[in-house]
Amino acid sequence: MALLLWNEPTAAMRNWWKFLGIGLLLFASIAGLRIPLAPALVHVSPDRIAPGPVDVYVTGYNSSFGNDVKVRLVNEGDAVCASSVAVLDGTHLTARFDVPAGFKANLTDVEVDGLTYRGALFTEGLGSGIVEEQCPGVLDMQNSSAQEVGFAFPNRSILYESIRNLHFHVPMWFTMIVLMGISVFQSIKVLGSNSLDRDLAAEMAVRIGLVFCVLGLITGALWARATWGAFWTNDVKLNGAAVTGLIYVAYLVLRGSVQDAHKRARLAAIYNIFAFVLLVLFLFVVPRLNAIDSLHPGNGGNSGFSDLDLDDRLRVIFYPAVLGWILLGAWMYDLRVRAARLETTMDR
Amino acid sequence: MLLYVVSAVYVCYLAVKGGLGLATWNALFWIILLFAAFNALTRSFQREDAGRQLYLYTLVDPRSVILARAIYNGGVMVVLSLLSLLVYTLLLGADVLVEADLGQFVLSVVLGGIGFASVLTLISAIAARAGNGIGLMAILGFPLVLPLLLTVMRASKLALDGVAWSVTSTYFGGLVLLDVITITQAWILFPYLWRD
Repeated sequence: MALLLWNEPTAAMRNWWKFLGIGLLLFASIAGLRIPLAPALVHVSPDRIAPGPVDVYVTGYNSSFGNDVKVRLVNEGDAVCASSVAVLDGTHLTARFDVPAGFKANLTDVEVDGLTYRGALFTEGLGSGIVEEQCPGVLDMQNSSAQEVGFAFPNRSILYESIRNLHFHVPMWFTMIVLMGISVFQSIKVLGSNSLDRDLAAEMAVRIGLVFCVLGLITGALWARATWGAFWTNDVKLNGAAVTGLIYVAYLVLRGSVQDAHKRARLAAIYNIFAFVLLVLFLFVVPRLNAIDSLHPGNGGNSGFSDLDLDDRLRVIFYPAVLGWILLGAWMYDLRVRAARLETTMDR
Repeated sequence: MLLYVVSAVYVCYLAVKGGLGLATWNALFWIILLFAAFNALTRSFQREDAGRQLYLYTLVDPRSVILARAIYNGGVMVVLSLLSLLVYTLLLGADVLVEADLGQFVLSVVLGGIGFASVLTLISAIAARAGNGIGLMAILGFPLVLPLLLTVMRASKLALDGVAWSVTSTYFGGLVLLDVITITQAWILFPYLWRD
């Protein structure tokens, strides 16, 4: 990319990546916020059933229960259909079941049309199974298309609407790493050339990178509060984020405490390179050792987002979002470097 | 330096009468060692005047200087760590060591000491060059030591629990990797630091 080489490119070629970045960001932000979640069942009460007649109250999300809705209980291959269903509105219904004795498993799923709430009801298990009664229309249930709403994000319990944060939180860290990488590249060049201009570029990359670090922390804290229940947890990735922030604040402190420009350039470059290599080790090697106790997706037995069913619906937005944020970061960095150059020219 | 460690351990001994849990015992030990390392290694480059540096500069390759310093500091840290372990167990009791795999614990202490030394040697050189020694040393050094500290604390905790080598060997491998990479980096970067 042109901004790494510092040659003036031709005017026609110069700005295409900025427009691309803005376009991708607009697309990813609007789509990321506007696309609905797929319908799902989010609440079932009561949470336990015993043999006999029972009313089950089911709450859906983004669902559209119609009057011909099919509701059934599924317990390890045994299914029981509702004897009567009262639909209150598109997202609420009450179904009456005659719960038979003899369910085998301790947990019973509730199915409403194509939607399933797994382990919704605690059941007295250990039975030997029931004689399955085939209820009308149940065979169609598996391939029912009544609840399809087109393109939608996966609706996962605990995550729910916060799954959209994937398109904002994760790209912040990608962008930060890219900017810190640019900074280290410039720092290596400083050691080779003693160029103050490259030193300036390294500093500005760190400053913009810190902005993205703060944004990543804020979006992450909000997400953690929504899903894990606390703004901050003792997690390897959170420690990594904290160490990253501290390292680059220390880098700026180091710059602030040296007067002579050439000496400052050299010391800052050495610290930057030294810290970046250790940081990469810390972010990408140490978590592998401590992986057992991370809450983050993809660590410690948690499923990554790529394991989600229909993850392609997220990817279509996620990759443009990453590229868009990186381009925005590069543009901010470019502007800061140019502004700082003008300042140094004016000081002379 | 030894005086610092002994008094720190003694303060802990006075503060926590009675038994310490395994996790607390481990955490306290590494905190004492961390501050001992900062205290000992800050002086590594601080005490030298310009004349002596110029003398060394004309005499030898800067790489030999940093390597010698790192090896010396590593040695100091290993001796210091083992001595503090001794004082620590004498005063705070060795109850937690009953189930421990002592060989693993000592290995983690040695690797941790060398790691502290190798990170802080270069940082101390930078801080001394910046001319604002002790405060800057803490600011620059702390975030870089933290990864090492977290890994070594986990490794020594596992060693105290008496976990098998097959489990802990990844941690020791990680520690050796961190130590080697840090020393290599110091070896590459130090000549640039020394050049003016």
